[in-house]
Amino acid sequence: MAEPAPERPLPAWSLPAGTAESLALPTEWPGRVTREWAWGGSTGKGVRVCILDSGVEADHPDVGELAGAVAVEVGEGDEISVVEDVEGDLCGHGTACAGIVRSIAKDCELFSVRVLGAGFTGSGTALLGGLRWAVEQGFDVINMSLSTTKSQFAGLLHEVADLAYFRRAVLVASAHNMPVESYPWRFSSVISVGSHEEPDAQTFYYNPSPPVEFFARGVDVEIAWLGGARARSTGNSFATPHMSGICALILGKHPELTPFQLKSALYLTANNVEGRDD
Amino acid sequence: MTDDGLRAAVAAGVLASEDSHRALLQATVEVARGIFYAKASSVLLYDELTDELVFEAVAGEGSDSLIGERLPSSTGIGGWVLVTRQPIVLDDVSQDPRFAEDAAKKTGFVPKGLMCVPLIHGEEPLGVLYVLDRPQQSRFSLEEMELLGLFGNQAAIGLDLLRKARRAKAVLEDADTDSALLARVAENLEELDGQRRAAGVELLRSLEALFKSP
Repeated sequence: MAEPAPERPLPAWSLPAGTAESLALPTEWPGRVTREWAWGGSTGKGVRVCILDSGVEADHPDVGELAGAVAVEVGEGDEISVVEDVEGDLCGHGTACAGIVRSIAKDCELFSVRVLGAGFTGSGTALLGGLRWAVEQGFDVINMSLSTTKSQFAGLLHEVADLAYFRRAVLVASAHNMPVESYPWRFSSVISVGSHEEPDAQTFYYNPSPPVEFFARGVDVEIAWLGGARARSTGNSFATPHMSGICALILGKHPELTPFQLKSALYLTANNVEGRDD
Repeated sequence: MTDDGLRAAVAAGVLASEDSHRALLQATVEVARGIFYAKASSVLLYDELTDELVFEAVAGEGSDSLIGERLPSSTGIGGWVLVTRQPIVLDDVSQDPRFAEDAAKKTGFVPKGLMCVPLIHGEEPLGVLYVLDRPQQSRFSLEEMELLGLFGNQAAIGLDLLRKARRAKAVLEDADTDSALLARVAENLEELDGQRRAAGVELLRSLEALFKSP
């Protein structure tokens, strides 16, 4: 009986002759990708979604159970520590985002990573540290309805966004609707989201003129707010969790997809793409 | 002192006064209120020293009580907007009991809805602009959001000039230096008119000639 071939000790940066079979894909892609194929029947079960924001109000009826909640603190010398969050939501925004994701992917696991609250000074460091921590935890989807304009963080955020991409953590980030440079939504390794005005939560469009790649519902959205209340709101920061929710649905049905494949599935199922013959 | 330093000192001396700065901010919030037919509008500047947001100008409801009030820089809606740089529009927010209580305590007025936009110049968020209670019957549109963003951008440029002017004046007024003296002379000359100004200019020209003579 032949010995099994030893694993190649070399890094997989090339594809030697005769090894193409090792790249067999676990998912069979149909000739035409439809929403039914992409997320039909999915509730997002088994998908871990992280809300990187102002915290989440745990007992809000529109949010349901939280699988975990931490706060990112910035100490002396910009040292980051991640502690259990006992304060909840310090603004209302994180709760709103969590509620939107829950309304689309009702069985996903929701985690809150609070990166706000310790003052404006150090907030960029907290954002970066919180994102890095979330990527290391292996969340499947990280919702980032926030950005920074400070170029000193651009390179570091870019590195973390690429790290997430290679670790199969999907970053879904709000585009800016103001004429300023900001990050991380402009990076091609993230899914960037702007708003459309239509009232359907699962209507989204692919934008053939990036940097913003998708438009999702972001106008006059009913949202969960503090104190168990609800409010209505508008902004790209609410369009973003709609796309996060749809990503959770797709990953619930096809957990093996890479961020590249997921983005391809989003493209093929966008309202301005799916079903077109031209 | 370098040529740049001298020029800065003279410039600081003839910069707009605090009254003019206040007028610029007040005009900004009045225009914001007018564009959106709103009940109130306010500008809060970020205070680096205390890491807080400070009400600097208010139009409409709260205009007699809010100036100088301070808010945390990373909690609440204003703090979230400052930190995340994302504009936000909220309606029916008065259902939130904490928000309603806070607003009522400060102004006696609980807005039903608000818009808040960061005021960003270059990389720096300088503060936030609030617009409260635009007419509820009008559904918010993305065009309005873009208008808000464009207006915020213009307001931020004005605020940046104001902030730089304040800093320059603070440095020069506090210091017992040659540059501070020069700034005061420039400021005094700026305030003169008629014969007194002509005499002042004549005197300065004589001084200049004196300084240049060997």
